[in-house]
Amino acid sequence: MIFMESLIDKKQGFMKKDIILAGVGGQGILSIAAIIGTAAVKAGLFLKQAEVHGMSQRGGDVQSNLRISTDPIASDLIPVGKADLIISVEPMEALRYVPMLSNDGWLITNTTPFINIPDYPSREDLIEVIEKQRYHIKLDAEAVAKEIGSVKCANVVILGAATPFLGLSFPQLEDAIRTMFGKKGEDMVNMNLAALKAGNELAKQQIKQIR
Amino acid sequence: MQKLMLLGDEAIAQGAIDAGMSGIYAYPGTPSTEITEYILQSKEAKEKNIRAGWSTNEKTAVEGALGMSYAGKRAMTCMKHVGLNVAADAFINSSITGANGGLILVSADDPSMHSSQNEQDSRFYGDFAMIPILEPSNQQEAYDMVHYGFDLSEKYRIPVMLRITTRLAHSRAGVVQRETRAQNEIKLSPNPKQFILLPGNARSQYKTLLENQDSFGVESNASAFNQYIEGPDKKMGIIACGISFNYLMENYQDRNVPYPVLKIGQYPIPTEQVRRLYDECDSILVLEEGYPLIENHLKGLLNIGKKIMGRLDGTLPRDGELSPNLVAKALGMKVAMDKPIPSIVKNRPPALCKGCPHIFSFNAINEAILGTEKGHVFSDIGCYTLGFFDPYNAIDTCVDMGASITMAKGAADAGFLPALAVIGDSTFTHSGMTGLLDAVADNSPITVFILDNETTGMTGGQTSAAHGKLEAICAGLGVDPAHIRVLNPLPKTHQENVEVIKEEIAYQGVSVIIPRRECIQTAARHLKTEVRQKQVTN
Repeated sequence: MIFMESLIDKKQGFMKKDIILAGVGGQGILSIAAIIGTAAVKAGLFLKQAEVHGMSQRGGDVQSNLRISTDPIASDLIPVGKADLIISVEPMEALRYVPMLSNDGWLITNTTPFINIPDYPSREDLIEVIEKQRYHIKLDAEAVAKEIGSVKCANVVILGAATPFLGLSFPQLEDAIRTMFGKKGEDMVNMNLAALKAGNELAKQQIKQIR
Repeated sequence: MQKLMLLGDEAIAQGAIDAGMSGIYAYPGTPSTEITEYILQSKEAKEKNIRAGWSTNEKTAVEGALGMSYAGKRAMTCMKHVGLNVAADAFINSSITGANGGLILVSADDPSMHSSQNEQDSRFYGDFAMIPILEPSNQQEAYDMVHYGFDLSEKYRIPVMLRITTRLAHSRAGVVQRETRAQNEIKLSPNPKQFILLPGNARSQYKTLLENQDSFGVESNASAFNQYIEGPDKKMGIIACGISFNYLMENYQDRNVPYPVLKIGQYPIPTEQVRRLYDECDSILVLEEGYPLIENHLKGLLNIGKKIMGRLDGTLPRDGELSPNLVAKALGMKVAMDKPIPSIVKNRPPALCKGCPHIFSFNAINEAILGTEKGHVFSDIGCYTLGFFDPYNAIDTCVDMGASITMAKGAADAGFLPALAVIGDSTFTHSGMTGLLDAVADNSPITVFILDNETTGMTGGQTSAAHGKLEAICAGLGVDPAHIRVLNPLPKTHQENVEVIKEEIAYQGVSVIIPRRECIQTAARHLKTEVRQKQVTN
């Protein structure tokens, strides 16, 4: 499987994941970054994460470049065509960063559109273009999150779908969720753990189909 | 020691707390805001009794910091690059007075104008003021440079500039803390004339500054932040400043650059090291974020020396921020950029939030001046600048903090009426009050809208110095209280708001209309806090 191969680099024990997080200002992509970051730091990995603050946060397109590695990282920005992964909480925003993706990179996206511009394309057309991407996982994170308990955990559902590709183990990410949401009580922790698992399972099904 | 994961801004803030700073003064501005935010939220800073807060503008911030330095304590002042224009008077003169307690001025530049009107390079200001400049390449250096910067400042009794750019300001990485040190005690300068810039004193202070230039150069050449890295291929030597060093390294997976590299993190430009690179190599590639400062110096007016490559000869773009890809191209590497953005992807510019009070202010203004040709609404810097976009198309200018009122006045003086100014509450106290006084002095027929969302919205909701004082300020400046009108910008009040606006536009003098409703972002946050507090008390 392509995604498993990409986890194991030629150099013994070396791991590097370059991740583009995408969405619209206010959708909270930084909470996804924070969970991955917490897990990466705990695993003793190096991390760099460039964020967008300021004017674009007001409903504009936003992205974060998240890089984790066993070795020190030079640039805060990911070079074009080198990203291993796009994780997007919005379908059109996922496609905006396609030039960043490497040839065997994966695109993982929510399918619920965030419409705040008059010329937003139709959902069907967007899905069609997403399906043209060689390695992709798409899921209606809001619907999944609602079933679990609250749309608030939609971001964690998306993160769950990305877990097979992160270079971090599933338990490491579960642990990060406990750390992050611990203060907010047991219910919040369990809901987000369920969201992570649900996203992960949906991804596994789709990976099988693509393979 | 456990690494902290910090934004570049936060690394500077933590560095200042650990290096024994006693106070920080700033006006919010992207990408500098998070420095002061971090200290405001830091428990440690509170325990250490560190003064932290928002100033009315960057000029008052620099002066506040200078006053703390005068008293012998370490102080920091932070701003975005264009804020330094506002603070320039205080800043340039502080290089003549010099410092007493350690004084660091952080200027955060915004190449590519992610959230700014221009991409001016603060290093030119530092050069102009003839003070040392520090430019970190990563978050750890940003942290370390605060310690070093305070030492340098106290050693030479001079303000030190710390220059960062957006990418570093807003990127997170691990930072190892150093041992903390105590704050200074109050102690005045041994020279009682140091801070009195009467011509006689100023001449002697200026001579001291000039005499120190050689020492600043010696410090630069010896600085650990300026590093000469050997390389076998002398066809080219590379100068990499600040964060551009990372983009260079990104292009060599093993981190072995074949060319000699001079990494620069401290200015004045380390001449001896530059001379060595120039002597050893056939040509020089300069990588610098911002304007071509070093490249210009190296090239000189006549460009008769060795080949110098960079932003001036097209090796790199003349404008915009650098990236690993742009540096790769400059190095002659092949960059795979064959995948286009799918054509289905549309632009998504920033927009006013759903329910934002500004929306209803613009709707009312647009209706009140319906039938007037375009071009009569002078605006300012803030969220409401987004009123330029569809569907509002409500504003015609945006230049600098406070320019709305004074430009409206100038246009009115020219006979171009009606002249409307639209300015936010925080921008008004930052730089609009003096302009309003100009208009009052001339009884200019302008209508000023102070969009009062009770916060500094664009930068994330910092306290607005205007809060609760706007009507009193305007009346105090001499605006007739009968023409200070407060509106509630809502759909249901639309019609009455339109009428008030029409009345005030018809008035041939200075009117101030204050549409007042809290920013929906801060309102939501306040609601959350209230709910949480209720839960706690229950």
